Amino acid sequence: MKPRTIIEKIWDAHVVAEQAGAPALVFIDLHLVHEVTSPQAFDGLRRRGLKVRRPDLTLATADHNVPTHDRSLPILDQVSARQVAQLETNCAEFGVPCYSLGSERQGIVHVIGPELGLTQPGMTVVCGDSHTATHGAFGALAFGIGTSEVENVLATQCLLQRKPKTYQVQVNGTLRPGVAAKDIILALIAKIGTGGGTGSVFEYCGAAIRTLSMEERMTVCNMSIEGGARAGLVAPDDVTYQYMCGRPFAPKGAAWDAAVARWKQLPTDNGATYDKQVTLDAGALEPMITFGTSLGMGMPVAAAVPDPATVADPIERESLRKALRYMDLEAGKPLLGHAIDAVFIGSCTNGRITDLRAAASVLKGRKVSPKVRVLVVPGSVQVRKQAESEGLDEIFRAAGAEWREAGCSMCIAMNGDQLRPGEYSVSTSNRNFEGRQGPGGRTFLASPLTAAASAVAGAVTDARTLL
Amino acid sequence: MKKFTAFSSRMVPLPVDNIDTDQIIPARFLKTISKEGLGDQVFNDWRYDAEGKPKPKFILNQPRAKGAQVLLAGDNFGCGSSREHAPWALLQYGFRAVISTSFADIFRQNALKNALLPVVVSREVHAELFDLASKEPEAKVTVDLAAQRLILPDGRAIEFSVDSFARHCLLEGVDELGYILSQEAAIAAYEARREQTIDTRG
Repeated sequence: MKPRTIIEKIWDAHVVAEQAGAPALVFIDLHLVHEVTSPQAFDGLRRRGLKVRRPDLTLATADHNVPTHDRSLPILDQVSARQVAQLETNCAEFGVPCYSLGSERQGIVHVIGPELGLTQPGMTVVCGDSHTATHGAFGALAFGIGTSEVENVLATQCLLQRKPKTYQVQVNGTLRPGVAAKDIILALIAKIGTGGGTGSVFEYCGAAIRTLSMEERMTVCNMSIEGGARAGLVAPDDVTYQYMCGRPFAPKGAAWDAAVARWKQLPTDNGATYDKQVTLDAGALEPMITFGTSLGMGMPVAAAVPDPATVADPIERESLRKALRYMDLEAGKPLLGHAIDAVFIGSCTNGRITDLRAAASVLKGRKVSPKVRVLVVPGSVQVRKQAESEGLDEIFRAAGAEWREAGCSMCIAMNGDQLRPGEYSVSTSNRNFEGRQGPGGRTFLASPLTAAASAVAGAVTDARTLL
Repeated sequence: MKKFTAFSSRMVPLPVDNIDTDQIIPARFLKTISKEGLGDQVFNDWRYDAEGKPKPKFILNQPRAKGAQVLLAGDNFGCGSSREHAPWALLQYGFRAVISTSFADIFRQNALKNALLPVVVSREVHAELFDLASKEPEAKVTVDLAAQRLILPDGRAIEFSVDSFARHCLLEGVDELGYILSQEAAIAAYEARREQTIDTRG
């Protein structure tokens, strides 16, 4: 048999049917649902008189649009409240399990799937959210879909898809102290551009990836879409199995042994080839930060903001100018020392326990700048509990940061957690788009270490000066 | 869905690369549980000031945009989130096609499912179209999906390519779900041979 990549193995195992002139019909093993992109899909089912075909492979939670302050209070924003209530109604009507507000298992959809052991190697995973690639950290083919596709999966547990191209992202070497998983993915996107992976699925390989923890792998896979790839994955290994073993939905006993034996067949065969390839040297990476309004506008934290005059393509040049105008930044000047107004630590990119530990390691015994509002938002109720059991909440509060409830919060700024016009943040989230953290807000994306260090200094800071 | 038929329209040029879905429709408008009412919010933060007044410099607020059905945009249009609200909003504003050098994967799929046609052209044609839109704002192009051709005012035809299945669905005015449902026997057979994994209800 021809050697295959893990991407092709998962694809081949999920093709239900393939007819001439049509995309392949692909089976979906896990469908995650949230309040923002699902109501119109459930409406579609009602209009057509259809049921949810596999509620046993479907799970919902409320995350995008939920408040992160006192959970004992009702949602104040009536429109948001109605959307969350609609999710609960839809799930009850169609028999879909739902961890809504008040559940011990509520959280960001890409945090709870892995922490519950639902996300497993070799699966196809979809969700009406572009950061679904997070689940690729387990060796799953996981990708974001629109609401029409949510409806298709609810009704049939299948999607029509063209086979993606394969793109090997080889990360050699070892990260230096103070350089994080977030910096790998920001460096990759700065190198290949936001459209570099369009039409492809990334496989992250190499020594640097193998030494990452599962949560760090999730951070890398999470932002695959920001490099244009709908999915990105890491082949499973012992790190994967150790993380999964004993989680609520992971197989148990003999079924676990059988599953691990099956999963061990997944890694890419020797001699398999990819459609595209890129190599990074982890040992040469610096902490990264974005300066603009697109993910390709990233650079080492100590570098200078690039000059649009050096860009040859006219639209690209004007796009960079527009970004610098929006960010009110001067070309040629470094970002280090640039004053900030807010720091956001959280999101499906960096809202897991190891991210909070990294931020706490910087904030312990220090105070955040009085000029900076600092939000620490755990990715799930479980992450919040774990952090509290370790005393991290005390470290954050003592430093002057706000310790919040679980949700997407200031990553997408739908729930009232947002920047004011003109404010700057250093954020551990995944998008620096105009207005992403609130109309007129300006976002510098970075790792939890850089974010925490910048909170202390009140300005963009290289965390290595504080470690 | 209505059948997608050929049409002619002026172009609205938006020469910005990487226009993301947060610009097309900001997240705060996604609290709706309906597909409707999004056209007024398309490009909201580029289109209106903080008081909600139209910014006269923005192209959608200029007379040339009125009634235009073709958006001409920079590279990698529709990057970012999976929100299908982006094509819904563009369609409700009145656009039926977007021309660019490339589209983000999820946006392209979402657009095709809603009869908003993503038209990919070469860098040369792209530059030429921006030039045309700048020099002759009233110039019309014809978008002909059946022939997969973009016809310029001087009569030249530029060929473009659209996924054959999506094209069939658009020209016939049918959506994918009917086709998937017709594969019931294959889906049931797959489920019967598939290894059981999880039960989210347990």
